[in-house]
Amino acid sequence: MAVKTETPTDTKSTDRIEKRVVLRAPRSRVWRALTNAEEFGTWFRVKLESAFAEGKPVRGRLSIPGYEHLTLEMLVERIDPERYFSYRWHPYAVDPAVDYSSEPTTLVEFTLEETDGGTALTIVESGFDRLPLARRAEAFRMNDNGWAGQIKHLEAYVA
Amino acid sequence: MSRSRGATALQMPDAAPLFAALGDATRLRLLGRLSAKGPLSITRLSEGTGVTRQAITRHLHALGRAGLVRHARRGRERVWDLNRERLERAKRYLDQIAAQWDDAAERLKAFVEDQP
Repeated sequence: MAVKTETPTDTKSTDRIEKRVVLRAPRSRVWRALTNAEEFGTWFRVKLESAFAEGKPVRGRLSIPGYEHLTLEMLVERIDPERYFSYRWHPYAVDPAVDYSSEPTTLVEFTLEETDGGTALTIVESGFDRLPLARRAEAFRMNDNGWAGQIKHLEAYVA
Repeated sequence: MSRSRGATALQMPDAAPLFAALGDATRLRLLGRLSAKGPLSITRLSEGTGVTRQAITRHLHALGRAGLVRHARRGRERVWDLNRERLERAKRYLDQIAAQWDDAAERLKAFVEDQP
């Protein structure tokens, strides 16, 4: 789709991935795209089975070509109208044979702010440092003296 | 939240054994040593670790199965070294997850701007 976009800016650390993007649309429009499950599914590419509600799980099949066999499950944390929406999920949950339910989740947060010409959206996924493998990967980085740079993002998503 | 799937993480299923292999303190120390001083023999890798050669060997094979290390002959002894390409792939995998959020943000942007 030939849409002129501003490149989202990134802030990376071991615990979080952060993206910020300015959308040329009113805040109410962006809010609907984020929190109406059907609209969310359209751009995210997942067919969600129910509406988002605080404290409730929502699941659905991915509609990304090649990944339709995978089910996504989100646990909605907070819905603060037109300002903030958050949910938890299991990152890196790609093996259908594995039960990820006992593993820590990451938190995905969408924050909206009005800005000149539209809406500034910040997307943060955090909590990677709580994942046990990530902690060990961090230890690995501390031990290593040569390729900390190469392995820099390992801990960010042993996910 | 059982059997859920992170849509941010769907591009490299074979990264799972890689990260599982990293999930052990002894193995991480071995990788750290190989990074600093490799290639090394099992004898050298065992020194000062308080871990038996047998256990070190088992850990090296686990790392080897994940493609993180490999061994070669040096004279009469077998030495182990890092497979740096494999680690580079792990890094690329994580970059890819960040990139998938970029893609999702772009799709959202197109969606709200094209369908007021």
